[in-house]
Amino acid sequence: MSPASVPDPMAPLTPSGNLRRRQLVSRVAEIAATAAAVLAVAALALVIYSVVIRGAKKISLDFIFTAAPTGVGPMLLGTLEIALIATLMAMPIGVLIALLLTEYSSARVARPLKLVLDLLNGLPSIILGLFVFALLVDHKQQSGFAGAVALAIIELPLIARGSQEVLQLVPGSLREASDALGVARWRSVLTVVLPTALGGIVTSTVLAVARAAGETAPLILASSNFDGKSFVLNPFEAMPNVPTWIYKLSEEGNSEGFNEAWGMSLLLVSFILLASLGARALLARSKRKLSS
Amino acid sequence: MNSRFDLADADDLARDAQPQVPSRVRVQSNVPAGLTETTVEMRPQLAPELVFDAQQVSIFYGAKQALAGVTLGIRRGQITALIGPSGCGKTTFLRSLNRMNDAVSGFRIEGQVLYHGHDIYGSNVDRVEVRRRIGMVFQKPNPFPKSIFDNVAWAPRNLGLRHGLDERVEGALRGAALWDEVKDRLKDSALGLSGGQQQRLCIARAIAIEPDVLLLDEPASALDPIATGAIEELMHSLKGRFTIVIVTHNMQQAARVADRTAFFSLETGGEKPVGSLIEVDETERIFADPRDPRTRDYVSGRFG
Repeated sequence: MSPASVPDPMAPLTPSGNLRRRQLVSRVAEIAATAAAVLAVAALALVIYSVVIRGAKKISLDFIFTAAPTGVGPMLLGTLEIALIATLMAMPIGVLIALLLTEYSSARVARPLKLVLDLLNGLPSIILGLFVFALLVDHKQQSGFAGAVALAIIELPLIARGSQEVLQLVPGSLREASDALGVARWRSVLTVVLPTALGGIVTSTVLAVARAAGETAPLILASSNFDGKSFVLNPFEAMPNVPTWIYKLSEEGNSEGFNEAWGMSLLLVSFILLASLGARALLARSKRKLSS
Repeated sequence: MNSRFDLADADDLARDAQPQVPSRVRVQSNVPAGLTETTVEMRPQLAPELVFDAQQVSIFYGAKQALAGVTLGIRRGQITALIGPSGCGKTTFLRSLNRMNDAVSGFRIEGQVLYHGHDIYGSNVDRVEVRRRIGMVFQKPNPFPKSIFDNVAWAPRNLGLRHGLDERVEGALRGAALWDEVKDRLKDSALGLSGGQQQRLCIARAIAIEPDVLLLDEPASALDPIATGAIEELMHSLKGRFTIVIVTHNMQQAARVADRTAFFSLETGGEKPVGSLIEVDETERIFADPRDPRTRDYVSGRFG
């Protein structure tokens, strides 16, 4: 250190040396970071704004509960049913995988398994759609069930990773406590670990449903019912659903179709936003419960 | 007071070093041969029943050796305190008594831990069964995020002891000197209790399944002096009913509660310091007149 770099302790405490320049660089970086964040918020706000502005005028009880051409009831019902079947398949498997990761496996098994889940999560949904098409639709027929299988594959890694992260928040001291009481691990998992993490597991499931509900590509391949005039309850037939219907309307190119597409988009976006926000509130509550 | 004054202090070290050997062999050196057997028979307390009999126990975590060659007997119905500086392996030793170390990656044990004559680490031994009989209370209170009642009732329920559950929970809470404080709010969350109450709840939870042994790992180190006093009082009341082994950093606590005290320390025999058992004896002897100068330095505060 040169003697010049040591400030005179008696000098007034105003910036000395290159401190002014360093403060400026720091300020610029802060502004850039803030601007990037504002951009992200603005993107979300703009999307929601345009959907609400264009879609709100279509929303009515008739629009929600009647079939085409006056309403989109069959599509809403189809999406609900497909998402429900998908979640019934994905949730138990996802939670079991999460339990394997946190309760049973060593790091040597857990690390590659987590990688596989992340890769599965990164697969383009059209690829999953093609896979399900080849497996369940080709030479057979389109069905809501086939679509649900594709959505289940999309939900699976989200539920597994999300649940695993919450299960990891369950303090190890609780597992130690139940181990020290001479109770077998599975009983501890069922009666201590899972109840403690339940809020978070539900949350990650809801987030996965929100993500899957808007997936379009697999449903175009697996369940593209473009009729929309009748309610379909049987999941082994092609079921009309929201994403493919929006796609169909947007391809038609008439203004009434566009309006209807915006109306459905508003329904879908509201569902996803409400589900996500509700799930996050639930997660925050269960985390508070864990940390108190 | 208790039997500790009847015991011949001089024999204790030898007994711990070779607990399998009948006591008459040891007495032989200073008593005429003919008298030995009558002496032993008249004073059966000279051969106290050992709950644990650790023989040359060494413990490794991966390449690191945590404990070297510990040979120590734990007597039935007594409180045995394990004291010593941080990192001397006393908690490691405690946790090896009910196989809580099994979950630690790289854990390896050499030597033998006999529990009523059975090898704790034997090939046909189920560690869940081991812990069923040897309960443990940890340094930090760790009640389940459930009601007070459900905390105590949890293990009995899961072990099929549903009959008379209410009485069992009440008995355990009384045994842990907590009943009067919580009897009107058994349905409230256990997390709303104070730290000292939580720790007594953990003790109640442990004794609700009537284990044979209670292992206490610094049970009062996170508590204030008043709560600590309550825990110590509780230990006195549990003595006799359970065999208790307690790890403590607090030497006054060991002196107050323990019948026997084992002093562990870090020894630099090889290149790296390894935890070792230095001396075990009646508590009064350890604090008033220890044999080993290292023990004397530690208990008189001249160490670390």
